[in-house]
Amino acid sequence: MSVVPKALTEFPWRILGLLLAIAGFGTIVLYSAANGHIFPWAVNQSVRFVIFSAMALALSRVPIEIFARFAFPAYGAVLAALFLVELIGGVAGGSQRWINLGFMQLQPSEFMKPIIVLTVARFYAMLPVGEIRRWNAVWPALVLIGVPWALVLIQPDLGTATMIAAGGVTVMFLAGLPLRLFVGTGLAGCAIIPIAFSFLHDYQKNRVLIFLDPESDPLGAGYHISQSKIAIGSGGLWGKGFLNGTQSHLDYLPEGHTDFVFATMAEEWGLLGGTLLILAFMLLFRWGIRVAMRTQDKFARMAAAGLTTTIFFYVAINLMMVMGLAPVVGIPLPFMSYGGSSMLTVMLCVGIIMAIDRAGKRQSGPRNWA
Amino acid sequence: MKFLFPKRKIVTEATQSFTFSRRAMVVGGLQGAIGAVLVGRMAWISIVQNEKYSLLSESNRVNLTLIPPRRGWIIDRNGRPLANNRTDFRVDLIPQRVIDPEGTITRLAQLLKLEPDEVDRIREDLEKSAGFRPVQVADKLTYDQYAAISVRLPDLPGVAPSQGFSRYYPAGATVGHLLGYVGPATAEDYKARKDPLLITPGFKVGKDGLEKAFDRPLTGKPGAKRVEVTARGKIMQELTTRQDTPGRSIKLTIDAGLQEYAGRRLATQSGSVVVIDCHNGDVLALASMPSFDPNSFSDGISHLEYEMLSKDDHVPLRNKTLQGLYPPGSTVKPMVALALLEAGISPAETVSCGGAIRVGNTLFHCHKRRGHGPLNMRGAIAQSCDIYFYQMAQRIGMDRIASMAHRVGMGQKFDLPFPSQSYGTVPDPAWKERKYNQKWQVYDTVNATIGQGYMLINPLQMAVMAARLATGKQLMPNFIFGAPRAEPAPVGSTEEHLVVIRDAMNAVVNGGGTGGAARSSIPGVMIAGKTGTAQVRRITMAERAGGVRGNAGLPFKLRDHALFQGFAPFDNPRYAIACIIEHGGHTIRNEDAPMIASDTLSYLFDPAKAMEKLETLEKGWGGPPAERQARQMAAFRLAKAIEKGEVAPPADNAADNAANASAPAPPAPAPPPPSPAEEEDVPPPANRASAP
Repeated sequence: MSVVPKALTEFPWRILGLLLAIAGFGTIVLYSAANGHIFPWAVNQSVRFVIFSAMALALSRVPIEIFARFAFPAYGAVLAALFLVELIGGVAGGSQRWINLGFMQLQPSEFMKPIIVLTVARFYAMLPVGEIRRWNAVWPALVLIGVPWALVLIQPDLGTATMIAAGGVTVMFLAGLPLRLFVGTGLAGCAIIPIAFSFLHDYQKNRVLIFLDPESDPLGAGYHISQSKIAIGSGGLWGKGFLNGTQSHLDYLPEGHTDFVFATMAEEWGLLGGTLLILAFMLLFRWGIRVAMRTQDKFARMAAAGLTTTIFFYVAINLMMVMGLAPVVGIPLPFMSYGGSSMLTVMLCVGIIMAIDRAGKRQSGPRNWA
Repeated sequence: MKFLFPKRKIVTEATQSFTFSRRAMVVGGLQGAIGAVLVGRMAWISIVQNEKYSLLSESNRVNLTLIPPRRGWIIDRNGRPLANNRTDFRVDLIPQRVIDPEGTITRLAQLLKLEPDEVDRIREDLEKSAGFRPVQVADKLTYDQYAAISVRLPDLPGVAPSQGFSRYYPAGATVGHLLGYVGPATAEDYKARKDPLLITPGFKVGKDGLEKAFDRPLTGKPGAKRVEVTARGKIMQELTTRQDTPGRSIKLTIDAGLQEYAGRRLATQSGSVVVIDCHNGDVLALASMPSFDPNSFSDGISHLEYEMLSKDDHVPLRNKTLQGLYPPGSTVKPMVALALLEAGISPAETVSCGGAIRVGNTLFHCHKRRGHGPLNMRGAIAQSCDIYFYQMAQRIGMDRIASMAHRVGMGQKFDLPFPSQSYGTVPDPAWKERKYNQKWQVYDTVNATIGQGYMLINPLQMAVMAARLATGKQLMPNFIFGAPRAEPAPVGSTEEHLVVIRDAMNAVVNGGGTGGAARSSIPGVMIAGKTGTAQVRRITMAERAGGVRGNAGLPFKLRDHALFQGFAPFDNPRYAIACIIEHGGHTIRNEDAPMIASDTLSYLFDPAKAMEKLETLEKGWGGPPAERQARQMAAFRLAKAIEKGEVAPPADNAADNAANASAPAPPAPAPPPPSPAEEEDVPPPANRASAP
């Protein structure tokens, strides 16, 4: 009946269009951040986007059984790489996050963000249904999450460590562990915070206090957040107009093209631009969660929801940081911040979710059409 | 372990799938909620707090620079400028941006042909200066020099050529003490007033004289320039500029021509001339020479020039007209005579001068050893006979003389727009009792009547005295043109008595008296006056026996002061004058007080003729003051170079010499020495011997 070939209808047009819109907007912002030049950032970013989109599309063709089968080996490989980084770092006498492969610098902790989701999902998929409310369902997952978390934390990279833990724990939650475990841990954590705070050194306490009130140290540690809030706040409802941002163009806003790209955008596009961008990300997450919910396969649905949440953590932590709700931890904004590794990670996530989506449609498609 | 999971639910594939769906919805819902919170947070910052952050963003972006206001002019009674502003090409260094200070300074010194001591000053200012506050390299550049720097800017980071205004005093040194000078505000000024204008580059405040007294009205309202700057301070663009409002002009009673004439007429002497209008007390000239050139002071004076000025025995840094105190010598005799008349002594009464008189056990001499013979009051004033006054003063006593002295302005502190004045002493018995706890002696009266001993006067007071003797009115000196003032009180003498005094003072000049040198060159204008000589040293007994040594043979500091006070025309006084030559010693006739006073007065009646005479005379003195000072400076510089064991610096390697000379850092240039405190008294001079 249909004139349009099946390959075309199956092609994930809508999600690609959404990503293209976000990344296109990001490219425009990078063009402005470079004072109205496509070099050096806008061009690189769009080329990367094209390449990584192709990669995501290629991934979407891969059967999900492959992801399930390679989850543990990949986890093992990345964990080994993390150890290696730690060793090299120890030898070089300083903190190191990457391995130099010659042609590129590999940052294993970046890959750990999606891999931990796949690995924990794989673990719970393999776990017999009846075991889910036993200790055996808890401790292996905690070990799987805890080892890379600790390795990344001592690099030190608080932001990535947080994301690894959050991604893993989200999958544990989705797997159906008893709710009171999460509630109890959360309450205990809240109780420990004041006690832990009293054990901190003065300079550490100071950092926390400056995070809570960045204006108290506008030239020192609070400088980034202060200038970021000035950029967002001075943008107002409609923004100062494209290429008219002063905070970014006069260099008051640090990292205006990477971690604080949202502030650069908000200054010129205002609340309107910010709301639209957040809305676009929400659409992306809705798609991810929907894919998870209509998938029957245990591994696939947990992976889809977990990977979606990983992308969500990028967005949420970054936006909270630039709006002064979280400390400066160096988490970039997907598709917007200039940089290759974060886009690669996010596109890996998107590609796997697309593969799950495709597999789900293949299974349920004929039935729905029938 | 079981107690952790007390009631184990039966979990099946179906329930697990259901749990997953529910929890996935929770996760999705949480994500949506957090998204909403983020939008809310963003709205809070960008809408509710928009005003606050817009303001912060603007204050980040915009840098406000003040434009120093042009200073009001100071003009003379005829509207001629005494101090104005001129467009000025200048070059500054922005210390922050200078990459190679030594190389830059050397290059600038070559391009602008800077003197070595200037180079030293720049180097020192650069070291002291912090950050972005510019250091002046040179100003008053020609357009060619300005252009030469401008085209080389790419090779000279931190060098900033600019166009602005600088204070200019057309009459140069002759108005130095009258007007003072301007200079950058000090750190104390800024601490006291907290006005950001004070630390704006190029802004200057009045530092002395009338510039200081009228600083507020002369200072206008600053303009402002808003520029957009980056976080690193780089200027991107100028936004708006508000022009400055120039300060008000101050119109003085000074006659610019006369002021300059008086200054030049003082020749090479260390002296002062004050001219007062007898109609209302307006000060027409207030010259103290030699003087610093306020132009070079206002630009930041070099060490060398300051050193030269402070070492000069002609004290160019002191305003002698107000801060110089001198024994008035015989110039007080007309005043004493007026007191005698008031006490009822007849002007016809004679005293026979035998050359000396014994008071107590001291022998007081007349300046004429052989004696004048019998003299009445007119003759005693004309011949300046000491014996007449010794005798007459003893008859009426010191109190009546002191009363008259006060009425003619001696010892009086005037309300003047100058930072400081020394107002001298009129001694009387009560004063001596109070000051020294000693009884007044007859010889004190004798000393005072000839203007020696404790008696001290400044040149302005002497001019006031001349004006009051001429008019019989207690005229008050005034500097502001058209200032409202009260009708002057009378001195308290009858017109008859005043005529006697004027006649006697006329005889001093025109009747064969001691002041013949002051005779007027203007037909129909007769000058009346009184000469004076003030000793600065004790005459030893040996000298007394062997004859006083001539002044010409004495070291400069030991020579007598030469004084003259008078007015013209004698029968209808229009102008009063006072002239004091420090250590003049009456050695050079055309540089002595009477002739200087006479020529200065003649300028008021026939400027062309007076100028002609001055120009002829100046050839003999080595040109006008500026020329002489330049020569003195060159000689001083040469002497310094030789002292340091260098040969005279040839012009082409001036910069190298500067580098060498800078090694022993000279002391920081201080502002001119603080004027002597306004004390009622200064210690009496050592000598209490007889006056000549």
